[in-house]
Amino acid sequence: MKITQISVFLENRKGRLYDVCSLLGNHGINIRALTIAETESFGVLRIVVDKSDQAIKLLRENQFVANFTDVVAIEVPDKPGGLASILKTLAEHDVNIEYMYGFVEKFSDKALLVMRFEDTDFAQQVLAKQNIHVVTSKEIEGL
Amino acid sequence: MIWKEKVECAAPADLRELQSGYLRKLIPYIYQNCPVYQRKLDAVGVKPDRIKSIDDIKRLPITTKEDMRDNYPYGLFAAPQNQINEIHVSSGTTGNPTLVGYTRDDLKLWGDVMARVLCCAGAEPGDTIQIAYGYGLFTGGLGFHYGALEMGLRIIPTSSGQTARQLKIMQDFKPRIIACTPSYVLYMAEEAKDMGIDPTQGNWKIGIFGAEPWSNSMRNEIEAAWNMLATDVYGLSEIIGPGVAQECRHKDGLHIFSDVFYPEILDPNTREPVPEGTDGELVITTLTKQGIPLLRYGTRDIVSIQYEKCRCGRTSPRISKIKGRTDDMIVVRGINVFPSQIEHVLVGIEGTQPHYQIIVDRQARKLDEVEVLVEVEQRFFSDEIKRLNEIRDKIRKEIQNVLSIGVKVTLVEPKTIARSEGKAKRIVDKRTL
Repeated sequence: MKITQISVFLENRKGRLYDVCSLLGNHGINIRALTIAETESFGVLRIVVDKSDQAIKLLRENQFVANFTDVVAIEVPDKPGGLASILKTLAEHDVNIEYMYGFVEKFSDKALLVMRFEDTDFAQQVLAKQNIHVVTSKEIEGL
Repeated sequence: MIWKEKVECAAPADLRELQSGYLRKLIPYIYQNCPVYQRKLDAVGVKPDRIKSIDDIKRLPITTKEDMRDNYPYGLFAAPQNQINEIHVSSGTTGNPTLVGYTRDDLKLWGDVMARVLCCAGAEPGDTIQIAYGYGLFTGGLGFHYGALEMGLRIIPTSSGQTARQLKIMQDFKPRIIACTPSYVLYMAEEAKDMGIDPTQGNWKIGIFGAEPWSNSMRNEIEAAWNMLATDVYGLSEIIGPGVAQECRHKDGLHIFSDVFYPEILDPNTREPVPEGTDGELVITTLTKQGIPLLRYGTRDIVSIQYEKCRCGRTSPRISKIKGRTDDMIVVRGINVFPSQIEHVLVGIEGTQPHYQIIVDRQARKLDEVEVLVEVEQRFFSDEIKRLNEIRDKIRKEIQNVLSIGVKVTLVEPKTIARSEGKAKRIVDKRTL
């Protein structure tokens, strides 16, 4: 099952990340996972939050350029080689990962990772066949 | 409707006769009443009584913006100040501001040419017009006001700014016509969306946009955003303010009211006439103005002209949209750069609205550098850096193709480039020369 990530365009300017975080915080929206991809002049903030629809509306109302992106969150055994075994499976099935990052929290002894695939549907099929647990939106909201 | 059909649709020979008659009166009037022009005419050896026809205009001296500034405040006036009914002042970025003054008859002329503008754009008696050009020392607001009064329109003089209020007034009073700068009407479309108003369902059906150069691509954007006819008005305060030329519904050039504002297209360097259809500087003689009549005033606007009769029935010649400014043009490493070239590229690339700014800078002992700031749009934003870089590189390549010089393109957040409610600042030149 796919979950929703919000991607936000940010210029490399002092305080812009703070602006986003305080805006969401002031409206009771909690960030579950976060990463920033950066270039010399701009960055893309990628976040998973508990209330996506409310968050994107809020961001756009405040002049941010923000889009939804489909990503997949999976549980990874929190032990040496845990991630490697999953990546091996994906590589064997020619599944391309665009980028990935970790969750702040977890709800079992396993680590939680967000993955953005070139072909999300195909990646999900592969993961399902390997009995890798794909986290649902419900589970994210309940974290 | 054509406001002054007799002159706007006159046969070319009749028009020339009218112009010649005006010029024969104008030259002695100026010679007697304006010492600055008396000296200028003497300097080129023109005896006022030797000016017989409009063809003799070629023998008259050129007037420039510098003449306006050097003779500030009253040097170019031909009427005494107690005959002046209204003055307007435009801010000077360098040196003196530009002062213009209107006699009572000049104000009548202004109302007349602005009524022609409104009709040419498609206004009908009984229409309501929202005038969102600034009222005050800027000629935009009052120029439209006088034309609308002359025509008998219902006027909503909102002046510029207070966008939320502009939009509410549009919804409440349903004006069919909006007059403002083209960048402001695009800005209002964005604001409308933010307020939950669908601009394609707006009440404005005809827009009359001017006071800054804009391209046909920008016209397409405005027409699509507001579902309206977007027309171009041309003017400058030195000549009269708005009311020098206006597009009709065919949008194939701006009808210049040549019976009173005689146009010539000259090579900006040699001051020689260029052939019909060739780009050059628009030079205008005010044939009937009394306060500050100007002979062969160099507008610094680059246009071409065509004399063919228009499908709308008007025979008045048509000037092209402004293709550049002789002074706004920046020269970077020997290449002439016009903002319109960059605007054209941006609209050509899907998804980019022309919100951009060109920054020219020079580091010590280095070549001039050009940076183009482009605002990121929801439509082409991607969570992937490589896609954003692809768009940036595409913009850079296409600009480089057009300009033949290397540029840096930087994507910036929306609404970070200042949208003036007056004129858009497209070029920031940081070079210290």
